[in-house]
Amino acid sequence: MATASRRLPVLYRRRVSRGAKHLMLIGFGLVMLYPLLWMISSALKPEELIFREPGLIPSEVTFDNFTEGWTALAHPFGYYMWNSAVVTALSIVANLAACSMAAYAFARLNFPMKKFWFAIMLGSIMLPLHVVIVPQYIMFSKLDMINTVWPLILPKFLAHDSFFIFLMVQFIRTLPRELDEAASIDGAGYWRTFFRVIMPLCTPALATTAIFTFIWTWNDFLSQLLYLNNPDNFTVPVALRTFLDSSGESSWGPMFAMSIIALGPIFGFFLAGQKYLIRGVATTGLK
Amino acid sequence: MVDSLSLKSEVAAEPSAPRRRRPAAWERSRRKALTAYVFLAPWFVGLFLITIGPIAASLYLSFTDYSLLDEAKWVGLDNYTKMFNEDPRFWTSLKVTTIYVVVSVPLQLGFALGLALLLDRGLRGLSFYRSIYYLPSLLGGSVAIAILWRKIFGADGLVNSVLGLFGIQGTSYVNNPDTALGTLILLHVWTFGAPMVIFLAGLRQIPRSYYEAAAVDGATPLRQFRTITLPLLTPIIFFNLVLEVIKSFQSFTQSFIVSNGSGGPNDSTLFYTLYLYVNGFKEYEMGYAAALAWVLVLIIAGLTGVNFLASKYWVFYGDSK
Repeated sequence: MATASRRLPVLYRRRVSRGAKHLMLIGFGLVMLYPLLWMISSALKPEELIFREPGLIPSEVTFDNFTEGWTALAHPFGYYMWNSAVVTALSIVANLAACSMAAYAFARLNFPMKKFWFAIMLGSIMLPLHVVIVPQYIMFSKLDMINTVWPLILPKFLAHDSFFIFLMVQFIRTLPRELDEAASIDGAGYWRTFFRVIMPLCTPALATTAIFTFIWTWNDFLSQLLYLNNPDNFTVPVALRTFLDSSGESSWGPMFAMSIIALGPIFGFFLAGQKYLIRGVATTGLK
Repeated sequence: MVDSLSLKSEVAAEPSAPRRRRPAAWERSRRKALTAYVFLAPWFVGLFLITIGPIAASLYLSFTDYSLLDEAKWVGLDNYTKMFNEDPRFWTSLKVTTIYVVVSVPLQLGFALGLALLLDRGLRGLSFYRSIYYLPSLLGGSVAIAILWRKIFGADGLVNSVLGLFGIQGTSYVNNPDTALGTLILLHVWTFGAPMVIFLAGLRQIPRSYYEAAAVDGATPLRQFRTITLPLLTPIIFFNLVLEVIKSFQSFTQSFIVSNGSGGPNDSTLFYTLYLYVNGFKEYEMGYAAALAWVLVLIIAGLTGVNFLASKYWVFYGDSK
């Protein structure tokens, strides 16, 4: 009894400071999310209310902005979503296939000059995109590949995102070698070992690769701006950008509505794969 | 070059697998090397075709005058001397980018560390807060958010309607050379969630017993932060610092969208990469753009090098000293 009454004030003080902390965190979170919430609420407001009402609750809700924005460009917005989806899906497949193959070779097989090539691979992670972008552009334009998806996905089929190779090498190294040996005793060759033993165990690394390839490709602007000049193969970021050009400063509502749709898949991914995503950032530094 | 370890284990495995005659050791290692090259084939092709080849080409192009239509014409160091002596926009873009990096990276990391500390101590709802703060990092690089930013800081955007409630008349912040860069810095700071997550992971590595021992010795929370948390966190701070400097020096989308590709008003948001893009892909000055790219590489390499050298004096690796 005596000890309890002595401890009570401490507990009480701790609870108050904890409550204050929560209030602070929620308040700050609201400030941070306010721009996003404002965009959503603006997209639901009739045009003339958007800048008259800074508040979040629309006094009048309409979906006109969505229907108007969907058809405002040369193609319906779904067309650009499809283009983006194709580029993104192919990029994910390419990165998973090419990077995991290279990673298996670096982690498990032996070959002449392995250390040298591994060092080159590490070095290429730090290389800024801009130093190769001019010659790459020239090369793809000589190959007549401008306005196709090839410049966007071909580098990925060639394991250009070497960070993912490194990520998977590190992961495969944590798997016990006895597994490979057991497979080899059972008569499995390297390909079988790769597909049946290593790959299934690599799921976390593969998931991280897939998630970040998705986000980076979906958000990527520079290379899509460079290589896609024809509105017929515009992806979402490039299409959104022309929105800004064509409609100038006037039509906010439709622009916000389409921005929300553009962010939708990423937001959906975020909700679904939050744990993987955040763990991926925490352990690999990918953002 | 044969890995003796794995070879030994295979030899050792031999007696237990008597069913089939196994090929000789040297043949197996040769087969292994061949297989490795097959697995690495895509990467090798990519390395030469889209990395090393282009690096060499870009170095060559940086000494030429090339417009994609005519033959590349060798001009020696002209591109570089032009850049340093006759191109004020090069210096402007360098200045703008430097201000952007120097102001936004410390602010961003400061917020990231501050919130990571607030979130660290077994707070309820940690994953909820972490998600909320992380979300902007995920979206921040997209065109959609850059558009939103342009609107928020436009003449009749969110900021001015909020200020209007207090009777303050604002301007269009994205069209004012004094404030345009500030809006981009704010956008960058807004994405502090990613480094925050890395800080949180780092904080979790610090053994609780250190704090308990310090508390027994009567150390105040502030002192615990200074003598335990901060030193043990320096490798993570360093990691985030290097990463963010490299990343933000290469920012492009935000300045492109907010200034509609112009770097304006008055070149106040002319990021280095935007200037490179304008030279290479608007004016088709491919040689000059390649030279700009090489200067960027040298700057980034230099900054990273300086970061690593300086790290000796402030980064504390637990058992190295």
